[in-house]
Amino acid sequence: MTSHSPGSPHITIRGLTKAFAGVPLYDGFNLDFARGRITSIFGPNGCGKSTLINMIAGLMPMDGGQVLFDGKTLRETVIGYVFQNYRDALFPWKRAIDNIAYPLVRAGMDRAAIDARVDELVTSFDIGFDLKRYPYELSGGQQQLVSIMRALAPRPEVLFLDEPFSALDYEMTLSMRDKLQEVFHATGVTMILVSHDLEEAVYLADHVLMLTRRPTRIAEVIDFGAPRPRTSATLSEPGFVRAKAHALDVFQREVRRAP
Amino acid sequence: MHHRLDALLPLAGAILFVVLWWLLALSGVIDPVLMPAPQDAAVALWKGFADGTLTHDFWQTVWRTVLSFVIATAIGVPLGIALGSSSRVYAAVEFVIDFFRSTPASALFPMFLVIFGVGEKTKIAVAAFGAALVILFNVAYGVMNAKKTRQAAAHVMGAGRLRIMVDVTLWESLPQTFVGMRSGISLALVIVIVAEMFIGSTDGLGQRVINAQMVFDMPLMYAAIFAAGALGYGLNLLFLVIERRFVHWGGK
Repeated sequence: MTSHSPGSPHITIRGLTKAFAGVPLYDGFNLDFARGRITSIFGPNGCGKSTLINMIAGLMPMDGGQVLFDGKTLRETVIGYVFQNYRDALFPWKRAIDNIAYPLVRAGMDRAAIDARVDELVTSFDIGFDLKRYPYELSGGQQQLVSIMRALAPRPEVLFLDEPFSALDYEMTLSMRDKLQEVFHATGVTMILVSHDLEEAVYLADHVLMLTRRPTRIAEVIDFGAPRPRTSATLSEPGFVRAKAHALDVFQREVRRAP
Repeated sequence: MHHRLDALLPLAGAILFVVLWWLLALSGVIDPVLMPAPQDAAVALWKGFADGTLTHDFWQTVWRTVLSFVIATAIGVPLGIALGSSSRVYAAVEFVIDFFRSTPASALFPMFLVIFGVGEKTKIAVAAFGAALVILFNVAYGVMNAKKTRQAAAHVMGAGRLRIMVDVTLWESLPQTFVGMRSGISLALVIVIVAEMFIGSTDGLGQRVINAQMVFDMPLMYAAIFAAGALGYGLNLLFLVIERRFVHWGGK
């Protein structure tokens, strides 16, 4: 019965409940993430942005509720996850290329298929550095690129990104945003991006999910439909400026609201 | 030019040390019977290795140290992994481990003598016991402090609990494991030398040092001390080299 057209619900969250030390963070939380879209999550400090995607990705237990991917459970779904801290997420004892191959090895693919898939990724990412190096021999941006390739290797249905560029300098962040858009254009994978940078959250997203203070609810979902690929020129277009200003209004309203 | 000389800097300290020793011996401030000149000790060292007496002692000490270390590793590593992977079990035994780790191993000699008797077994058992605790502690620490993010990354990529243990946690614990093994073999050497001095030994560097002292053969005593020092230094260096080879990512 589910429609598989882009924009239709891909991830459905129903009745999500989570409390920390008895203080409710999520209480009967419902949400749909759109298929083949980039949804960014933005909200006040401590509203549980990362907690939300960690629960969806199975990295943190939920107290109650249900998360389904096209009606399937997480176990039946291939996901990818890009961590904020690439230094702590890559395996430094493996070469970059073996890091990328790791999820494929776990999936039980044979050597030839793994090599073919890794080659494909290397070609599509147009990598300008040696993947035979160890992660610690690479720059921060290169390491995060390896992380993204590793997450994409098993062709995930959903890609989670938890503040993926916040540890990078601005120059690198700009080029990584372009890279991420290219990946999105090439794969059409559903992406869920947690960001603490409002400009980035709006710039990359089709939908910006604005959250309230805890107990967390949806303050608003702001749609941003600027055509892709978006460039630095997008940042000064009226549509972007308006969407960002509106997002900032919503954010400030939520921050000021008495807890 | 500057760089080449810098590489020789560590030698400068050693040369300075020998020169000071030589001057002190030459000055006659200290009775030459108590402190022979460095060249006398060097001759004793050369003779000891040439006629085989020190060689035999040296290898006996190496053998006991290595055997203790192997036993300690075989016990300490698996136990450390088991304890480290359960924070509740570790919390339950942490005090006991920490207590015995802090107890001077030499204080345990009488107890081990009662159990193992006067002989080879006691020396090796005490040294292995001391080293095992150090190794165990470090391995458990390494396992417990494995990066949660890396474990989470493996989990997201479909690794189960055992897989995460093998693919991530054990690798994560390796740097700390090597630290433990390096400290462990150093401690094993210390305990073996002390054991050779005081519990019924007929050979070994420890026994040679104390025998030479008792018969006032000071050059031989210094020669045996030097041999023990070189052994300790060599073992440490060997482990550092292995560590750098195997744990190339350590501290990065």
